[in-house]
Amino acid sequence: MSPVLREQLLLLPEYLQGHLALTFAALGAGIAMSVPLGIVASRSPRIRHPLLATVSLIQTVPGLAILALVVAMLGGQIGFLPAFIALTLYSMLPIMRNTVSGLEGVPAEVVEAARGIGLAPRQRLWKVELPLALPVIVAGIRTAAVWTVGMATLSTLVGASSFGNYIFIGIQTRNLTAVTVGSLAAAALAILLDTLIGSLQWIAERRAIGVGLRELRRAIVLAVTLSLAFAMALVFTLKPAPKPDFIVGGKPFTEQYILASLLAERLTAEGFLVEQNIGMGSDVIFNAIGSGTVDLYVEYSGTIWGSFMRREGNPGRAEITEITQTFVRERGLNPVGLAGFQNRYALAMRRERAEELGVVSVQDLAPLASMLSAGGDLEFFGRSEWKRLQSLYDLDFAQELTFDAALMYTAVEAGQVDVISAYSTDGRVAAYDLVLLEDPRQALLSYDAMLLASSAAAQDPRFTAALAPVLGAISDEAMREANKMVDVEGRSVSEATAYLQAIINKPR
Amino acid sequence: MIELIHVQKSFDGGASYAVADTCLTIPRGELLALIGESGSGKTTTLKMINRLEEPTSGQVLVAGRDVLEQNLQELRRNIGYVFQGAGLFPHHNVARNVAAVPELLGWSKELIEARSREVCDLVGLPFDDYARRIPAELSGGQQQRVGVARALAARPDVLLMDEPFGALDPITRAGLQEEFRRIQQELDLTVVLVTHDMTEAMLMADRIAVMQGGELLQVGTASELLNHPTHDYVTQLMEMPRRRAERLERLMRAAE
Repeated sequence: MSPVLREQLLLLPEYLQGHLALTFAALGAGIAMSVPLGIVASRSPRIRHPLLATVSLIQTVPGLAILALVVAMLGGQIGFLPAFIALTLYSMLPIMRNTVSGLEGVPAEVVEAARGIGLAPRQRLWKVELPLALPVIVAGIRTAAVWTVGMATLSTLVGASSFGNYIFIGIQTRNLTAVTVGSLAAAALAILLDTLIGSLQWIAERRAIGVGLRELRRAIVLAVTLSLAFAMALVFTLKPAPKPDFIVGGKPFTEQYILASLLAERLTAEGFLVEQNIGMGSDVIFNAIGSGTVDLYVEYSGTIWGSFMRREGNPGRAEITEITQTFVRERGLNPVGLAGFQNRYALAMRRERAEELGVVSVQDLAPLASMLSAGGDLEFFGRSEWKRLQSLYDLDFAQELTFDAALMYTAVEAGQVDVISAYSTDGRVAAYDLVLLEDPRQALLSYDAMLLASSAAAQDPRFTAALAPVLGAISDEAMREANKMVDVEGRSVSEATAYLQAIINKPR
Repeated sequence: MIELIHVQKSFDGGASYAVADTCLTIPRGELLALIGESGSGKTTTLKMINRLEEPTSGQVLVAGRDVLEQNLQELRRNIGYVFQGAGLFPHHNVARNVAAVPELLGWSKELIEARSREVCDLVGLPFDDYARRIPAELSGGQQQRVGVARALAARPDVLLMDEPFGALDPITRAGLQEEFRRIQQELDLTVVLVTHDMTEAMLMADRIAVMQGGELLQVGTASELLNHPTHDYVTQLMEMPRRRAERLERLMRAAE
């Protein structure tokens, strides 16, 4: 077995448990709420319409947006709870809709007969209507189960581990093995669950036409076997997780994975029990530090300035660092110090293309822009510094395309776009032979890497002492080299971490 | 046994009446046929006897007691009901369908089994052959036999039947009609039978009640209705079986 695959498979129990726990909890809660609501809705047309319209509406909101909204409604709390709530909401529509149509599909003459021979309303429901509607209800649960398994992969983004960890981290670190393992695992889980519920549906269908249990032996054996397998998987992967002293967070890109792993290693070496929770979005993680669900991560001064403070203008590197540190302190977050490097945006072109057009700085781009297309990461074109760049240099590109960061680089390399919003410490800049264009008018902000800690962590002197050697120790070159190891050379995050550790530990 | 006293039923708050001011007394052991076209109020009248519908005004007495003053489920469990198209529970086998009411009444397992055996034999379905069969495996006639067995299982004195033989083919229907009449007389049941088939009413019923547009026009034996009809509609209704009988007789004679 290749070491890369081995490394990924070692993570399987943890992710499997996260995925199973989320799926079953959400599905269970979804059934517990949707079936009774469906029964009520089928009884009263006045409630049915608004109720079904509401759950349908929830269903049309993209899964990622639901997750973000739930996190916001919980006051920035991340982890299992928001993912569980979002998945539960998502699972409700098919179950509720099928409960309603299943009950409505019970033949009127059978219901009339039940009334006529003297079954009370509750007996009618339990003895006649539900058994006859059960196949349709179970079919709804089956649909919901497959959706839930798929959507649970997204919960990685709000800090709940699942097979999504494989997929998101794999995409960002160009680790195709991880993406493949994650996708196959999620697909296999979906198929197994579909088979289990499918066999339950088959049993319910036969029961609804009066077939005896004896003739359903095979399906029952299958269902019981699969249920036991799921239960064993949950139990075996269920390790008594000790409560960590600190949780180190990270956003979903390579540099953040390396830094989170580095910081976690430093704290572990100091004797702390540390957990990593990586792959969250900027807003989510910033709020998580404030609420103490994450204890440490690396933020960039320019992000705080532009995204959280919504400031415009560019007062210069030192000034931005100063103002943003004051801002986060006021928000109850604790800046531990600067790492030394900055990872700012820079417009980048393929060297060949830049020379062909004679472009050295952004200034040179302006007259050519109407013939060129630009690619940005998911945030870039929405930032104020992009607006400033446009107005200061009078830039107007023929096309502005948004990409996932990893795909943005492949797009410029393939010539699909001419200019991209590269990151200054990105290893791919050198690997793809890109040139960073000069910015003489200082339109683009500085992005100093800043360690931010929760209040609880910052008060612990051993915590700050463990991190002290990191401060100021990582240069732009060192960070770029570490990123390159992962993104370009296909080496693991732990190798890149070891490289940075060596630099930090080298006597200066 | 059953008394309807100035019973009225309106579904639209009094704008129109599905059943208008009806009085009717059915003595113990009588089989009364309620006949009329669809919309005549015959099924509504039947349903008011076990409170599947409740009268807007007037009183319904069963065994001398106002049905509105009795416990709804108890009332229904003590009155057998045979539905149009049998209305069997498709997810239960014959034994469980027949046992439905005795189970509700809390009979013991042994008693239920013994009684189920009895009523299945009574309707011509040997218990050992049919108990484990499911409704989907039975013919229409067999399903309706189970329907009758289910209605009789809890030993009711009163049986309500809503077009019980309407969906059956003529040969099966004739057989069941005769058999049922025998059972009814044997058990001394008081039966109200809703039908739109005058031949069926004449062949089975002690008395026939004719309804039209919510009104009870005339109640009487077949010969009373034939010889002394009080309304043109009754005359018309009686004409059809009479003409058919005459034609049949001529055809039979010619064949001899």
